[in-house]
Amino acid sequence: MAERIYIFKRFERFWHWSQAALIMFMMLTGFEVHGAYKFLGFDRAVDLHTNAAWALITLWVFAVFWHFTTGEWKQYIPTLEKADAMLKFYLTGIFTNAPHPFRQSQLIKHNPLQRLAYLGVKLFINPLIWASGLLYLFYGSWGAWGIGGLRLEWVALAHVVGAFLMLTFFIAHVYLGTAGHTPTSHIKAMITGWEEVE
Amino acid sequence: MSMRKYLSRTLLSAALLLGVGAAFAEDAKPVKLNTTADHSKFKELQKDFKSGPEVTKACLACHTEAAGQIHRTKHWKWEYLNPENGQRLGKKNIVNNFCISIPSNYAWCTGCHVGYGWKDANFDFSSEENVDCLACHDTTGNYKKPAGLAGNPPTQDIESPPGSGKIMKAVNLSKVAQAVGKTSRDTCGACHFNGGGGDGVKHGDMDSSLAAPDKELDVHMDASGLDFTCGTCHKASSHDVAGSRYTPTAMDKGGAHIKGKAETGNPTTCVACHGNGPHKKAGLAERLNLHARKIACQTCHIPTIARGGVPTKLSWDWSTSGKRDAEGKGFVKKDAKGHIIYDSRKGDFVLGENVKPEYVWFNGQVKYTLVGDKVDKSDGVTKINTMGGSPDDGKSMIWPMKVFRGVQPYDAGNKTLVTPHVAGNDDTGYWKNFVWDKAIAVGMKDSGHPFSGKVDFIKTQMSWPITHMVAPKEKALGCAECHSAEGRLKGIPGVYMPARGDLSPWVDRAGWTLALLTLVGVLIHGALRIVSAKKH
Repeated sequence: MAERIYIFKRFERFWHWSQAALIMFMMLTGFEVHGAYKFLGFDRAVDLHTNAAWALITLWVFAVFWHFTTGEWKQYIPTLEKADAMLKFYLTGIFTNAPHPFRQSQLIKHNPLQRLAYLGVKLFINPLIWASGLLYLFYGSWGAWGIGGLRLEWVALAHVVGAFLMLTFFIAHVYLGTAGHTPTSHIKAMITGWEEVE
Repeated sequence: MSMRKYLSRTLLSAALLLGVGAAFAEDAKPVKLNTTADHSKFKELQKDFKSGPEVTKACLACHTEAAGQIHRTKHWKWEYLNPENGQRLGKKNIVNNFCISIPSNYAWCTGCHVGYGWKDANFDFSSEENVDCLACHDTTGNYKKPAGLAGNPPTQDIESPPGSGKIMKAVNLSKVAQAVGKTSRDTCGACHFNGGGGDGVKHGDMDSSLAAPDKELDVHMDASGLDFTCGTCHKASSHDVAGSRYTPTAMDKGGAHIKGKAETGNPTTCVACHGNGPHKKAGLAERLNLHARKIACQTCHIPTIARGGVPTKLSWDWSTSGKRDAEGKGFVKKDAKGHIIYDSRKGDFVLGENVKPEYVWFNGQVKYTLVGDKVDKSDGVTKINTMGGSPDDGKSMIWPMKVFRGVQPYDAGNKTLVTPHVAGNDDTGYWKNFVWDKAIAVGMKDSGHPFSGKVDFIKTQMSWPITHMVAPKEKALGCAECHSAEGRLKGIPGVYMPARGDLSPWVDRAGWTLALLTLVGVLIHGALRIVSAKKH
């Protein structure tokens, strides 16, 4: 019988899933605004994308506050320790039923590859999308802000690049959600807070 | 009841009765409220006028300055000196790609001149009595100035057009003169709806459907709503009517005009009433007002032109004119709706209704190709008027245009446009004889330009800024009309528009490839896990 440990607290789970829903919705509406397909209609896509952005920003404000007040930000301090073992596990061990080289705990929730990936999202992809998205929203104020020389296509380019990176992260993240000790252990943990460990 | 009370009540009732009686008396005497002068009561106008100038003399007896005021205007001079580039423009001077030009065709064209008797190049522009007051101030609808009479109304029954068998009744000038009033959509429209030789032909945003439009066709002129006349926006000052396609106001930063404030701006712009931030709808206002910094109001608020059931002409090919039927006569062909699409006198036409305009950056500067200017057939299409503008000059906005395309005769020897003599019951008029070189020789002589004798045809185009037929706001263009790959602003430079595909296609290619490779990678990885799980 596998052991169960409590990894993800209630706010963390709420944050994760509402963020997931918002990001999926923003990819859906965002790529429509970009012109990739017609689904909701450009007008509605723009409106909903903008509203979802404000919701996500609000969520992030709470999440940032939570990370700093609880010290959970330390979960993302990068480390290469056992990173090679994780890589090896994903490349070979996972096919041969080898034991998972990483054991989660409340103090160390993420394996070293996760830490690197999430840090990349938090330090690169998110800020790229945030900054370009906010500039996009406040295009009308650029002149007043003294950045009238900025060109909308540069901002749009940054935003689109950020979106593609987010999409890529999303695909990999969803898949690796099945790569825990059992295919569903990570997902269950993210829903209930309890992770099964060996 | 005391005597005093009784008395006061009786007096009060009497006073009330008197008051009511007075009110009735007022109603009993009809009075015109739209004017202080009932012209039908003027003895000066109660006579049998034999000609237009006779009427004008009567008008000028009281309105002493009117003719002098008219003399200063484009409506009279048909000439305009563009202060921006020094070009001498005006109907008298320019060439277009409809009936082409005025010289040698005066008597036909001047049916739309605010004067009487302009039949050749020697018209006296200083004549006061030749000013036509009635063309603009008729309220009866019976005043007519048919082509061919040099701006005169018929004073006896005539066949018009000649040979058509249609009889045009003589105009009763006395009745018209006694009923003069303010200008109306009908008086302005008598000429401006019919520019280019027929209803709706030239502009596309002006035709007879605007005489009494519904709200959908024109939210301002809506006959059962706001009921604007032309003059509501085209405010005249000393008979000079505001608004011009020679030097239009492409960008108006002046805000809404305020009564009592000395306004120098053009009163006909949308901004002159609506201001610079006209959108108020919660949530959308800011974004739309931002659009209004670069996009002319007309671009979104006039979804299509020729919306009132009258088609507008989109192209005219003079080079196919002159065909004769088996009996050697000219003929016309009509489309299913009865509109002429070929006329031996004129060539082939393409007509359109509900036409989407074309869009360009426009700064209000218009440069014409005039008769003396060199044109080159190898240039492809000669622009008769070139609309100035660019995304970066700070003066341009994206404007809707009706672009009228044509093929018209030119002097292949001197490489110039020509002014052919088309109208006229003589042996050189093209519409009668179908012979170009004679018609052009006469016309060029009249306009004072050399002609080599070599006739060829050249492709031309002319742009007409669109500003009428403003739809109600619910009918304004939706975002996706422009925000899509094949939208209305496809190819408009200098703006980044989401959904138009403005980024390099490599961004999307790289992005989708990255996402797809990731997806394929994880699917393979997952499949291998399933396969290996079965083995172990």
